[in-house]
Amino acid sequence: MDTLTGNTRVTQSPDVTSTPVELSKRTTRLTARDVTVHYGSKQALHGISIDIPDRAVTSFIGPSGCGKSTFLRCINRMNDTIEGAKVGGTIKLDGEDIYDPSLDVVELRARIGMVFQKPNPFPKSIYDNVAYGPRIHGLARSRAEMDEIVHSSLRKAGLWQEVKDRLAEPGTGLSGGQQQRLCIARAIAVSPEVILMDEPCSALDPIATAIIEELIDELRENYTIVIVTHSMQQAARVSQKTAFFHLGNLVEEGNTSDIFTNPRNKQTQDYITGRIG
Amino acid sequence: MATALNEHIVTSYEDELINLNKAISEMGGMVEQAITDAANALLKLDHKAAQDVRQYDKRIDGMKDRITEMAVSIIARRQPIAVDLRMVVTAIQVANDLERTGDMAKQLAKRTVQIESLALAPKFYNGVKHMTDLVARQLKAALDAYASRDAAKAVDVCAHDDEVDAMHTSLFRELLTYMMEDPRNISQCIHLLFCTKSLERVGDHATNIAEAAYYLETGRQLGQDETQRQQL
Ligand SMILES: Nc1ncnc2c1ncn2[C@@H]1O[C@H](COP(=O)(O)OP(=O)(O)OP(=O)(O)O)[C@@H](O)[C@H]1O
Ligand SMILES: [Mg+2]
Repeated sequence: MDTLTGNTRVTQSPDVTSTPVELSKRTTRLTARDVTVHYGSKQALHGISIDIPDRAVTSFIGPSGCGKSTFLRCINRMNDTIEGAKVGGTIKLDGEDIYDPSLDVVELRARIGMVFQKPNPFPKSIYDNVAYGPRIHGLARSRAEMDEIVHSSLRKAGLWQEVKDRLAEPGTGLSGGQQQRLCIARAIAVSPEVILMDEPCSALDPIATAIIEELIDELRENYTIVIVTHSMQQAARVSQKTAFFHLGNLVEEGNTSDIFTNPRNKQTQDYITGRIG
Repeated sequence: MATALNEHIVTSYEDELINLNKAISEMGGMVEQAITDAANALLKLDHKAAQDVRQYDKRIDGMKDRITEMAVSIIARRQPIAVDLRMVVTAIQVANDLERTGDMAKQLAKRTVQIESLALAPKFYNGVKHMTDLVARQLKAALDAYASRDAAKAVDVCAHDDEVDAMHTSLFRELLTYMMEDPRNISQCIHLLFCTKSLERVGDHATNIAEAAYYLETGRQLGQDETQRQQL
């Protein structure tokens, strides 16, 4: 198709830098040790321990209800807002305990941003959607500085060309794929270190998905990214590290290329190949 | 031995992989037959049988095309991963090696047709017979290792390739002696030289198939594992 139309593919060829050696050399950004979550009396996570590498994409895969979103929400303390949820164990960002009582949770969520399954722009203008976070955190001292943050965030999210002439229009008027990129721009605007994405492409068509995947690939140069996805192909395409969850346990984690060519665990193999487990 | 695999949730996918494996087995049987028939035709100087082998090769080529199409179709529609991906990729490799092995049978047959008469010591026939048996055994063992995903058996096949090479060298020396003894032998001996070369290549293809079987089962390359083992 490329040769016929002269178009370039949206996603790039597989990254040659994501070899096992490279990944093991990367520094660890996030460390989770023995993380448990209870919703009331029901235990949803049974002691999860994992290292999340810096400037790489880590994907969480596993059957519905295995605890992927629950674990993702532990990383920016979103479970704090859920009634009856109790988190145990430790999670450290650059060696700093994120559950330290003296830590400012609002500031933490600026450092660890989140993008949800369903694009959820505020009922405000495109501009204000992106400016919202920086305004709360007082990141801009002038209108010009705010313009700069909004424009560059939209550019990084690959949305600038499509919206630059309609910044005052409501964000909800964009297409699903554009809304998702707007949400990514919103997450980027507060200069986070980590971006968590919970099934960010599940509502998107293949082209919009490819654009988001290309974006994720570019973003990983500067951010630590964790993505939950139900698409095995997507996990294989975008991530360098993959973790497989099952019934609240972390069953297997490793280099994405190893997990998808030669998983060590039978449960992992059954799940990713679509076998009866 | 291979660990048992659970079935796919999508039964039509399961069926496609089963059919792919069946096609490999079928093609393996065809090629084994071609090699045996070609070697027998050579030893008996049976020109008719040799012609049959040459004809048969077209069917082997057709089988390879069919397997390639099946594999490409599975890749395009099912996006196989992990053991399934290895199954599909190795099926293409094995079909390729089998097709080349079939070509070797055809080469033997072509030479046979060109040889007018053979008047060599029985010892020599024994040598060729011996080598044929050995490579046929290697081929069969490799195909068995692939079908049963038996890594240990695959390693065994590769370990025995030296024997084929040694036998090839010994037959080469023997042919050289015949040619030096009587220049009238030269023309036939050259033909036979090429035949033993073809048999030796069959041994190489058997090794390739065994390596594919090892990769299919373990997800690792045999060569790399062997090197690591030697370094330990
Ligand atoms: N707010 C909640 N209150 C009570 N139980 C919950 C809550 N959120 C999740 N759970 C339970 O915790 C377990 C893990 O759920 P979680 O949403 O983390 O799974 P998941 O892996 O993200 O699934 P999916 O792929 O369907 O999104 C499930 O059994 C779920 O029912
Ligand atoms: Mg979820």
